[in-house]
Amino acid sequence: MSTAATIWISGPVLRARPDGPFRLREAVTVGEQSLLGEVIRIARDEITVQLYEDTSGLRPGVQVTGSDQLLSIRLGPAILSRIFDGLLRPVGDPSDPYVKPGMQVQAPQRLWFTPSVRVGELLNPGVAIGEIASGAGIPQRCLVPPDLPGGRVSAIAEAGEYSDDQAICWLEAPDGRRLTVAMTHGWPVRVPRPVQARLASDEPMLTGQRIIDCLFPVARGGTGAIPGGFGTGKTVLLETVAKWCNADVIVYVGCGERGNELAGLLAELTELEDPRSGRPLLERTVVIANTSNMPVSAREASIYTGITVAEYFRDQGMNVTLMADSTSRWAEALREVSGRLGELPGEAGYPAYLSSRLADFYERAARVRTLGGEIGSVTLLGAVSPPSGDFSEPVTTHTKRYVGSLWGLDVRRAQARFYPAIHPLQSYSLAADSLVRWWHAIGCTRWQELRRRFLTLLEEEARLERMARIIGRDAMPARQRLVLLCAQLINQCFLRQSAFSTNDRYATPSRQAVMMRLIGSFIEGAERLLEVGVPPEAIRDQAIFRHLMRMGEEIPEGDWEAFSALDQELTATLRRLINQSRAGSAEDAGASEVST
Amino acid sequence: MTYARLVGEEIANRAEGPLLFLSRSLDVGLNEAVEVEGSDGSVRLGRIAALDQHSITVEMLDDTAGLALAGTRVRFFGEPLRFQVGPGLLGRVFNGIGRPIDGGPPLAAEQAYRVDGLPIKPSAREAPSEFLETGFTAIDLMNSLVRGQKLPLFSGGGLPHDRIAVDIACNARLPGKPEETEEFAIVFAGIGIPHDSAEFFREELEKSAALARTVLFLNLASDSSAQRLLAPRFALTAAEYLAFVEGKHVLVILTDLTNYCEALREVSASRGEVPSRKGYPGYMYSDLATIYERAGRIRGLAGSVTQVPILTMPNDDITHPIPDLTGYITEGQVVLDRDLHRRDLYPPIRVLPSLSRLMKDGIGKGRTHADHPALAAQLYASYSQAQQTRVLASVVGEDGLSEDDRKLLVFGDEFEQRVIHQGVEARTLEESMAAGWAVLRGLPRGELHRLDDRQIREHLLGERSQREPPR
Ligand SMILES: Nc1ncnc2c1ncn2[C@@H]1O[C@H](COP(=O)(O)OP(=O)(O)OP(=O)(O)O)[C@@H](O)[C@H]1O
Ligand SMILES: [Mg+2]
Repeated sequence: MSTAATIWISGPVLRARPDGPFRLREAVTVGEQSLLGEVIRIARDEITVQLYEDTSGLRPGVQVTGSDQLLSIRLGPAILSRIFDGLLRPVGDPSDPYVKPGMQVQAPQRLWFTPSVRVGELLNPGVAIGEIASGAGIPQRCLVPPDLPGGRVSAIAEAGEYSDDQAICWLEAPDGRRLTVAMTHGWPVRVPRPVQARLASDEPMLTGQRIIDCLFPVARGGTGAIPGGFGTGKTVLLETVAKWCNADVIVYVGCGERGNELAGLLAELTELEDPRSGRPLLERTVVIANTSNMPVSAREASIYTGITVAEYFRDQGMNVTLMADSTSRWAEALREVSGRLGELPGEAGYPAYLSSRLADFYERAARVRTLGGEIGSVTLLGAVSPPSGDFSEPVTTHTKRYVGSLWGLDVRRAQARFYPAIHPLQSYSLAADSLVRWWHAIGCTRWQELRRRFLTLLEEEARLERMARIIGRDAMPARQRLVLLCAQLINQCFLRQSAFSTNDRYATPSRQAVMMRLIGSFIEGAERLLEVGVPPEAIRDQAIFRHLMRMGEEIPEGDWEAFSALDQELTATLRRLINQSRAGSAEDAGASEVST
Repeated sequence: MTYARLVGEEIANRAEGPLLFLSRSLDVGLNEAVEVEGSDGSVRLGRIAALDQHSITVEMLDDTAGLALAGTRVRFFGEPLRFQVGPGLLGRVFNGIGRPIDGGPPLAAEQAYRVDGLPIKPSAREAPSEFLETGFTAIDLMNSLVRGQKLPLFSGGGLPHDRIAVDIACNARLPGKPEETEEFAIVFAGIGIPHDSAEFFREELEKSAALARTVLFLNLASDSSAQRLLAPRFALTAAEYLAFVEGKHVLVILTDLTNYCEALREVSASRGEVPSRKGYPGYMYSDLATIYERAGRIRGLAGSVTQVPILTMPNDDITHPIPDLTGYITEGQVVLDRDLHRRDLYPPIRVLPSLSRLMKDGIGKGRTHADHPALAAQLYASYSQAQQTRVLASVVGEDGLSEDDRKLLVFGDEFEQRVIHQGVEARTLEESMAAGWAVLRGLPRGELHRLDDRQIREHLLGERSQREPPR
């Protein structure tokens, strides 16, 4: 292996004089502590290395040792339900509370393997050779690594417990080479794992958040971004989705954010149960943690590590959702390293390749047919933290070009403690049209129509609010007051959803559909009333309005009786008001304009 | 400092401001501490800021005035800067690099800790969930501080943040415990502050006897920029020792982080680095994180480090990089307001843009009071309504308002005068809550949608006698 002698160090970047060949993106180790690094630039007589650890104490002259391999991580069944740093080195060991330079990769684990192939079978790359019980609730499969050529099985281990780095299957490749397969294999983090085909997606990645699922949905294999200033609710939203979305596996990348938040998340995931399996949520989760005070360049790598892990589970035919909080910190890490390399800065100091790196990242989201012939998906959700909350900065604008759904968080909503603070007029979803059929199939036939209706009302509301601020609400015509009333109901009862409410922290699609329909009936009923001269305030002051406003908070999942009682109450109230107005207008035509 | 590993003589080539350039004849590493002894016997501390094959750049932490090149000896310690701490820290006063300046004896040092600290593994952290009382209603009731949290105060030039800092240092306590308890300590660091402020802090703490439970660090405006960058790190090293070795709950007050960031900008410029927003270095986020992230609790250990960093927003601009990056790292913020200050309300805390993100984990049943969350939520909701009504009233005039809207306006004033404003007296949480219930009584019932019937009956309909809040 080649070595090189360090001649210059600045923060996480060093330059060294090589005595042999190095490759771009090759993993290297530096000094006695074997600090991990990656070659990011090569010239004839000089290599530049980015280090993934604290460089205190490094000095010119220190030796850099090549590995002859691209920067890789070791993928295997035992990564599920664990916590790692940005290069998939475990940080869960409780014996030492501090992160120190020179961390090691995960030690081999013993796992139960049950073969599913026989000697003599011909296997392609990416095909399963057996099942693994990893202790976590989710059964996993062991695949022929996608970078092996495949071949005929010459031997296979019997069912039993094996160390995950030990060979359990032997293949004879077409060229006669003898290959071995273990439960773990290495994969370079910056190289997307191959698939048979990318597929269109017509199925939603359900988040349990009404404003997302019903107004701005994301499809399985799709992408979504959450831009928002500090304290507007990005982390809480991502964590809530991580807990309740309908993915098989969650990869949560805490990239340059807070330690206390991750500690809180880990505690919650351990305690909370997956409503679908009844097992602790942690069992379906991989946490990749690189907090803001951990080495900056590992922040850059953590995004790639996360997505590679996600693809590994996807290749087993699972639906995976990855959340990255926050992609802005990742972009800043790019900028810092670029600055130390003396590259020409572009917009706001970011390197010119920021846009293409973002594109590469979001491009790795997809619904696919795997090499093994199964359907799997990786959905990517990224938080964006624009400086000063200004969405015109480079990371936000470039991200917008590549994501299918955008959930823009609004400071004013957040300050009024309206959560999730997603602003309907600063958000969009390109996936909505392809999901209509799915909602139809589960019985929500009016999803598309009601969704449009809600969006139009919210748009009108924004316009009318401006007017209301000038002339006061009471001075507006009844039709406009009705728009404001309906929008208020949509906002307060449907879009608002506290992540900390036991009843309302997530909503199944059926519960969302029922609520949507009830609000739809209210709107239509109120419009009919207006036509016969009943002002919107008359219905606002009825008990039903308050009951509708509080239904998310008060009616738990599965209590369909309560919902149909509400429906009846609504119908009855509407009928009563209509009758009253008929009777009233018969007696006194002027009475209907008096608001109560 | 421990023993020097290597000594270099006659290697200094050039001195420029706080930087000293040495020829590289010795095998030393980045970030290591050095001591420079002048020919006159004066000793100055520094650290290695940059290295290449031929030269070493040392950043001097002490004033370089009077430093000559000839005859200097440079001692290399072979390790990053450390702070030797041990029992007897409390009650002492240090400068920004950990030297006693109270005329007292040197510390009986037990062990030397890296002043840069080490990142705590997220999995080794205990999620913060225990309330810490500051004595201010606007914080305790509305934006509760939790042990292990970092909650900054965003202030502006001329606002009374020094006073608030001292009041918190004097009045803060673990709920249900007296102010003086073995389990609680304060680390107070003045960063780049004028001489007068330093004297003010020292005198006020002495006067209230809080100094006995406090470690005071004073880095003056006249001290070097390089030293400014170390002051919070020495203070936090002391705090971590008190918390994780001696098992105390430590409240760290750092003021003023804006001076710290200015020093960071200056040092970065002197190194010729490419500046980012407003001339601050691109790594300011990561650098501030190495300070703020040192707040927390560690599983299995008794103590905690809580931070209240104070910063002055240049031009009162909350989008300025210093408050902006801080807000992205800390767990909320408490914002001071010039208008409230002009109206003589103290503390002039504007609650709407303020936020404590860990509040929800630290209050409520079994932690503070079962009705604390609902009370805070109701006050927030009604006060933000009152603010909107004020805007409307300024357009259409008070006469154009409905009866309910006028009640809201009254509530808005009362809330500011009787809940936020409290003058010099500290309040217990119970007193703060009583003040909150009292102002809610004037509101129409329909406004109280964050309270349930029992809460309304018990606290608002006077089924039990209510005390007036102390003024
Ligand atoms: N869906 C929600 N339900 C209830 N409360 C919420 C919700 N979202 C956010 N909050 C409140 O807002 C606070 C701030 O949210 P969060 O930490 O997610 O902000 P952020 O956008 O991630 O900020 P930063 O960029 O600084 O990390 C939370 O502590 C919580 O109190
Ligand atoms: Mg966040």
